[in-house]
Amino acid sequence: MPKLNLVDAINLALRQEMERDERIIILGEDVGKNGGVFRVTDGLQKRFGEHRVVDSPLSESGIIGTSIGLAQAGLRPIPEIQFEGFLGPAYDQITTQAARVRSRSRSALTCPMTIRVPVGGGIHAPEHHSDSPESIYAHTPGLKVVMPATPYDAKGLLTSAIRDNDPVIFFEPKRVYRTYKEEVPEEEYTIPIGKAKVVQEGTDLTVITWGAMLFQCLEAIDQLPEEVSVELIDLRTIYPIDIDTIAESVRRTGRAVVVQEAPKTCGLGAEISALIMEHCFLHLQAPVQRVAGYDTCMPYYKLELDYLPDATKIGKAIKDCLAY
Amino acid sequence: MPLTTAYQGEIPYLQILDPDGNLDESLAKGTLSDADVKHLYEHMILNREYDDSAFRLQRSGRLGTFPQCKGHEAAALGAARAMRKGHDYLVPYYRENPASFYHGLPMHYILMFWGGDERGNAIPRNISMSPLTIAIGTQGLHGVGHAWAFKYRKEDRVVVAFFGDGATSTGDIHEAMNWGSVLKAPIVFSCINNAWAISVPQDKQTGAETFAQKAIAYGMPGIRVDGNDIFAVYKAHRDAIENARKGNGPTLVESVTYRIADHTTADDARRYRPAGELEAAQKLDPMIRTRKYLETRKLWNDELEKKTWEKAKATVADVIAQADKVSPPDSDDIFNHTFEELPPDLIRQRDLRHTHSIGLNPEEIGLKPQPEEAAH
Repeated sequence: MPKLNLVDAINLALRQEMERDERIIILGEDVGKNGGVFRVTDGLQKRFGEHRVVDSPLSESGIIGTSIGLAQAGLRPIPEIQFEGFLGPAYDQITTQAARVRSRSRSALTCPMTIRVPVGGGIHAPEHHSDSPESIYAHTPGLKVVMPATPYDAKGLLTSAIRDNDPVIFFEPKRVYRTYKEEVPEEEYTIPIGKAKVVQEGTDLTVITWGAMLFQCLEAIDQLPEEVSVELIDLRTIYPIDIDTIAESVRRTGRAVVVQEAPKTCGLGAEISALIMEHCFLHLQAPVQRVAGYDTCMPYYKLELDYLPDATKIGKAIKDCLAY
Repeated sequence: MPLTTAYQGEIPYLQILDPDGNLDESLAKGTLSDADVKHLYEHMILNREYDDSAFRLQRSGRLGTFPQCKGHEAAALGAARAMRKGHDYLVPYYRENPASFYHGLPMHYILMFWGGDERGNAIPRNISMSPLTIAIGTQGLHGVGHAWAFKYRKEDRVVVAFFGDGATSTGDIHEAMNWGSVLKAPIVFSCINNAWAISVPQDKQTGAETFAQKAIAYGMPGIRVDGNDIFAVYKAHRDAIENARKGNGPTLVESVTYRIADHTTADDARRYRPAGELEAAQKLDPMIRTRKYLETRKLWNDELEKKTWEKAKATVADVIAQADKVSPPDSDDIFNHTFEELPPDLIRQRDLRHTHSIGLNPEEIGLKPQPEEAAH
């Protein structure tokens, strides 16, 4: 079985789905001839033609707005927003339109589209290229939000997203686009949206994370004393959130640490903390800990590693929680 | 080196039927037949009756906020008549009821919509139009997407997307015109310039002399027409639609008319409209000149006028009765149209009708789950 990185796994899923379904159109800035600024769509225009892999004008609202029309008319667009920081101009079309097509038309119309967006920091990029806005979209009814961390999960989840009949925002943690390879089957498979993955089983404490932070958590857990047994959950889907997997784990361990790259206030970690309180109150041995980005603007890259949670910060939160 | 001209553009203005009902026969050639005009005038009467009835329903507390379409009849119907019914695709905003009804939308749907029932926006599958949109200007891009899909599937269908003068200041309308032109998408951008965007007049909306001239910057034809002239509106849209159908891309048509009403029933235009302006506009009411034209051609008389209004009143009374008969929406429907399949927590919110925590896991506090106690 070939070992692929995240970029190649996503590219493979796109290619296979486009071969399978002629209604799929990819559109976005530089996605065609250039293959995308991260090369995620590399080779697809050559394979499927300029009518299916379309270099769009520099117009994020236009990318999403036209995708809504395409989707309502029966196609299955896969728009790319080049960086999560450029979601701003598309925010209106995503939240007031795409998310509401089904509701507004009482399901007479649907909006099947997968919005691909590289997300997060750690790649020495300029301003607006390193943010983590996933909770904004998880807070918008009518959207599904997915963020795989590994190549295998990315391929299976992207396939599910493309086949989903509702709009899905598919965040790709760009920091780990090329840093991790694993075996990815050539044949098609799906991973259900809304199911978290227990990456590592444990009995003393549960760490819940998603996106590129998965690898920081693994590093932190590796550095803990041998006798500490940590369960690690990769959320994979931000909304709908898999509370069953989280609650089952935290009821057993009694302790939880949530790790997110995004700013702390109103981030997904707050929601997860509340859910744990609702579902596991009588089982908790310690308050839920959050390790998050600061409530500041993401700094330019000379300071970005000071901003992002790392193995040291995560390890300290785990130890504090265990000692409580 | 001397300056040369990089580009020069021109915006034509079209009027075929003047305010006194005089027709320019040569421009009118091959446009609307006598039967067409008669039929469209009957539609105007029906729509005016509907509009005034909806206004009265609101004032008597039987309908929520309602935006009247009064004055827009020729601008909407001329465009609608130029489309192939059931084939071309209508993208309205919310002041083109005459066009929506012309394309077959059941008239009580609009009363349901403004009466707070989302089922009024569940456009039946056989009606070739999109749901009403409230957020100004957003729909132009959806129109381009539709047109693009038609082109992709090699269907010879054309989209007509409506928007108002205010919407031309939104980024989305410009992105839509830009994309439409780049893609050579089969779409007609129909700007209904009714002089006011709530309280903001044209000279505060744009520094340009016309809205139509914005087409020039996007590399597509633009035309300004007398929007109270059913012939001019029809001809401009028909030509634009057929041009788009041939693969030549979009056109921007600006139909100049007037909102002979407040913005909505929640608005009072006396606060901002200069004295005398409404009265002057009422003299240009599209219904006056259409009737004059029909009378000149001996196609209309007082008797027909009276009968058509009576028929319209009866039709609208039936429509209101039909809207009244619609059973109230099921409150499960708050949830049911959020996703194709509801996530577990949304099912729980629907079935328990609460979101608070205690009782979420009753077994944890030694109680058995009692779903029958759900607060329905």
